[in-house]
Amino acid sequence: MRLSAVVGLGTVFLATLAMAQGGKDQRRSGYQDMSPALQRMQDDDTANPAMLYVQAGEALWKQKAGASNKACVDCHDAGSMKGVAARYPAIPSGADKPVDLEGRINLCRTGQQKAAPFDAESEELLDLAAYVARQSRGMPIAPADDPRLASFRAHGEQLFKERQGQLNLSCANCHDDNAGKKLGGATIPQAHPTGYPIYRLEWQALGSLKRRLRNCLIGLRAEPYDYSSPEYVDLELYLMDRARGMTIDAPAVRP
Amino acid sequence: MANVLINAPKTVRKGETIELKALILHPMETGFRPGANGQLIPRNIIEQFTATWNGVEIFRMKMSPAVAANPYVSFFAVAKESGTIRFQWTGDRNFSAEGSVMVTVT
Repeated sequence: MRLSAVVGLGTVFLATLAMAQGGKDQRRSGYQDMSPALQRMQDDDTANPAMLYVQAGEALWKQKAGASNKACVDCHDAGSMKGVAARYPAIPSGADKPVDLEGRINLCRTGQQKAAPFDAESEELLDLAAYVARQSRGMPIAPADDPRLASFRAHGEQLFKERQGQLNLSCANCHDDNAGKKLGGATIPQAHPTGYPIYRLEWQALGSLKRRLRNCLIGLRAEPYDYSSPEYVDLELYLMDRARGMTIDAPAVRP
Repeated sequence: MANVLINAPKTVRKGETIELKALILHPMETGFRPGANGQLIPRNIIEQFTATWNGVEIFRMKMSPAVAANPYVSFFAVAKESGTIRFQWTGDRNFSAEGSVMVTVT
C-alpha cells in the first residue's frame, strides 16, 4: 500500500518533471561545453585557425584542375554552397548510396573536373570541406528528406548503439548515457556533429568527422574502419539526424 | 605563398594602444618526433617573427620547437602615425612569409 503510494508519487513527480522540461531542448553542442576563451577563439574569424584552411579552400575553389580544366567556381558561384553542409550526407543523383561532404567534393573532382580524387584527410580536401561548411554557419542542421536514406541511417544508429572493441563499449554508452560527466579531465560531449571539419587543438590541425570517429574507435580499442568505409557515412547520417535543428558552427575549434 | 590572417583596427586615434593579432599556417615540426618509418622528421619551424610600422621595427619574437603548429601571436603597439604594418615570418627551409595591413591614425 505504502509502496504503491510512493511509486504513484514518483510517477507524478516524473510526469511533472517531463512537463517542466517539455519542449526544452536538452541537447548541447560541443561549443556550449567549451571554455569561454575557446568560444571566443572560434567566434573571431582572425583567431580561429580553421579560417586559414577556409582561406586556402576559397583559393582552391577558384583554381582550375583536371583534364576538363574547370574550377569549382565555373559551375558553382562562390558562396553558393550555403546550407549544403547542413544537409549532407545525401545520395547524389544517379547514385544509390549516400556520400558525405568530402565524398561529394571528390565526386565532382573525378566526374566534372576529370582529376584524381583527393586522398582522405588530405589538406586540399579539408580546405574545400571547410570552405563549403563555413557557408552554412548559423544554419540549423536539416538532413535530407530522402526515404532511401532511412536504411543507412538505421544502420548508423545500430553502429552507434553496438558495443565494440576490447573495452566493449558503444558510442551511446558515453555520449548518450554519460554525456556531461568527465572522462579523465575532459567533459564527455553529446557528440553532435555541428562544427565539422573541426580544428582540434589536440591535433593542431583541421580534421574531419571521420578522423574524430576513428579517435573514439581507437579509444574503445576497436579497429577503426577504413577511411573509405560506408560505416562512417551511416554513422554521420544518424548523428546529423540526432542533431537535427541544432546550429552549424563550422569550422569549429574544439579542445 | 603562405596563408596568414591578420587582425588590426583600420582607424585609430593618435596615441591609442592597439592590439595586433597575427595567425599563420605552419606545421612547426619540432624535429624530435619520429615519423611512420621510425626516422626523425626533420625540424621545420618558424624561427623569427617581426613586425614593422612604416619600416620601424615594433615587435620581434624568436620561436622555438615548443611553439604549437599554426602559431598565433598577439601584441600591443601605440599608434603614432598612419601607415603600413608589415608582419614577417622566417624559418627553416628558407621559409619566408609576409602580411601587411594599413592603419589610419586620426
